[in-house]
Amino acid sequence: MTKASVRRAVGRSLAVLGLAAALMVCWELYRWVWTSAGWTWPFAVNDTSMPHVWTIAKAFGQPAQVNQPPLITILLHKALFTAKEAVAGFALGAVIGFAIGVALVHSKPLERGFLPYIVASQTIPILAIAPMVVIWVNPRLPANLQGWGAVAVIAAYLTFFPVAINTLRGLRSADARALDLMRTYAASRWTVLWKLRVPASLPFVFSALRIAATASVVGAIIGELPSGLQSGLGGAIINFNQYYSIEPQELWATNIVAAALGILFFVVVVAAEKAVVHRAPEVTT
Amino acid sequence: MSAAEPVVRIEGVTKTFGHGNVTALQDIDLAFAPKEFVSLIGPSGCGKSTLLRVIGDLIEPTQGAVTVNGKRARQARADHDYGIVFQDAVLFEWRTVSKNIALPLELLGWDRARRKARVEEMLELVELQTFGDHYPWQLSGGMQQRVAIARALAFEPALLLMDEPFGALDEMTRERLNLELLAIWQKLASTVVFVTHSISEAVFLSTRVVVMSPRPGRIAGTVDIDLTSPRTAETREDPRFFELVTQVRELLRLRGEHLLPEEEQLLRDAAE
Repeated sequence: MTKASVRRAVGRSLAVLGLAAALMVCWELYRWVWTSAGWTWPFAVNDTSMPHVWTIAKAFGQPAQVNQPPLITILLHKALFTAKEAVAGFALGAVIGFAIGVALVHSKPLERGFLPYIVASQTIPILAIAPMVVIWVNPRLPANLQGWGAVAVIAAYLTFFPVAINTLRGLRSADARALDLMRTYAASRWTVLWKLRVPASLPFVFSALRIAATASVVGAIIGELPSGLQSGLGGAIINFNQYYSIEPQELWATNIVAAALGILFFVVVVAAEKAVVHRAPEVTT
Repeated sequence: MSAAEPVVRIEGVTKTFGHGNVTALQDIDLAFAPKEFVSLIGPSGCGKSTLLRVIGDLIEPTQGAVTVNGKRARQARADHDYGIVFQDAVLFEWRTVSKNIALPLELLGWDRARRKARVEEMLELVELQTFGDHYPWQLSGGMQQRVAIARALAFEPALLLMDEPFGALDEMTRERLNLELLAIWQKLASTVVFVTHSISEAVFLSTRVVVMSPRPGRIAGTVDIDLTSPRTAETREDPRFFELVTQVRELLRLRGEHLLPEEEQLLRDAAE
């Protein structure tokens, strides 16, 4: 059992690494074909538009500025900072989203009244509300939450929505006869919620959390831009953007780290789901 | 009425749906004595399931009253006076077999040790001792229904309500579960109200069969089943068994002047 699962995990990791290698080969192949043929469609290929894979790899090991540690060290520090914002935003968004789902499932008028606004909230681009969130939230925060706390709120703004919608759907998914059964036990609403509705909703909630996991990283990175924070990946992206024409590999390296952070979040949620949800094999995805 | 206080007493129960347009039950009067095994039988639309749900206070009657153990149906439900088994097992797929059986005990606030002991007894009762840690989807339909029975009986209710519990199972599984159910009933001595549309199942299991007719749902007649107890596989070959089956069938036919096609089919099935 454990042996088989170890073998499966190794197999999967090899597949992922193999795919990454194949992607790099494709990148270089594309470069080579386009530069040797002199094609300029859809864009001219050169060291600025598509730096070599090894140039990007080398950039990790070199300092971005003189008298600084290597880029990878800086990026990992920044990733850690962004991860802190994203984790806080993810947790906040998940809790708020779940609470909204629970509230709405118990009140039809509340659902009818609130749902349109919840949906509308997501049509406003995050960049448009981020400055206001920073101005509103930052002055209220204690010193140790200054700056990154507001960014976490912005990340939460992106994550609460899928969780709220899917929680509502999941809580509704409880079987009508199972609800009848709980009635025969004269179970209170609270008991029905925790013993039946919430467990029944978990597959729905977890598929929302997967979306929320990656959205929280995006939200944290974007939230850093109007906050003027330099300590996270968002700040690094803004910074390296300015030097893209000279040293494009540094932005690429930053993007790779940001992507890796998103994947890490996703994997953690999937692992948590595996640990928590026990369903028939054909039900789990 | 017998001398003993009835477990269930149904007095003048009428139930209409859709602003009184559809009368599902009309003027039902019935009483079930302790340790009776009563089957409610009739074609679809006769209100037998509705009547069961009225007894369980899952539906409120439009008129009339139901008492269970001498209490109003609502109070009886609040006091966990009955266990119920539906046509589908309705097991919680995120709980193991043991945890499913323990569910009503958790709601009653039993402590862990007491729950564990009772669940083990119940698993033994339905002969699933080695399946406690399995999940419902790892079990066959018949086994799932046995878990549902164990769950319904776990807190030793005086009354067991069963709504076509074996209707979704194949004939062989159904006959085996009929025997198991009778063994359990004899051991626990609860009162059973059993909804079915199988005449032979009703006669085989019951001490009394209540025949219902549709539109509006009424009681067409009652047949006391005087087969010897305990019943075995051979009971089905007893000439008396056939006489009683015929009696129930006649009652169904008597009230079936205006039969729907599916009811015709039901009668033909019963006559096989």
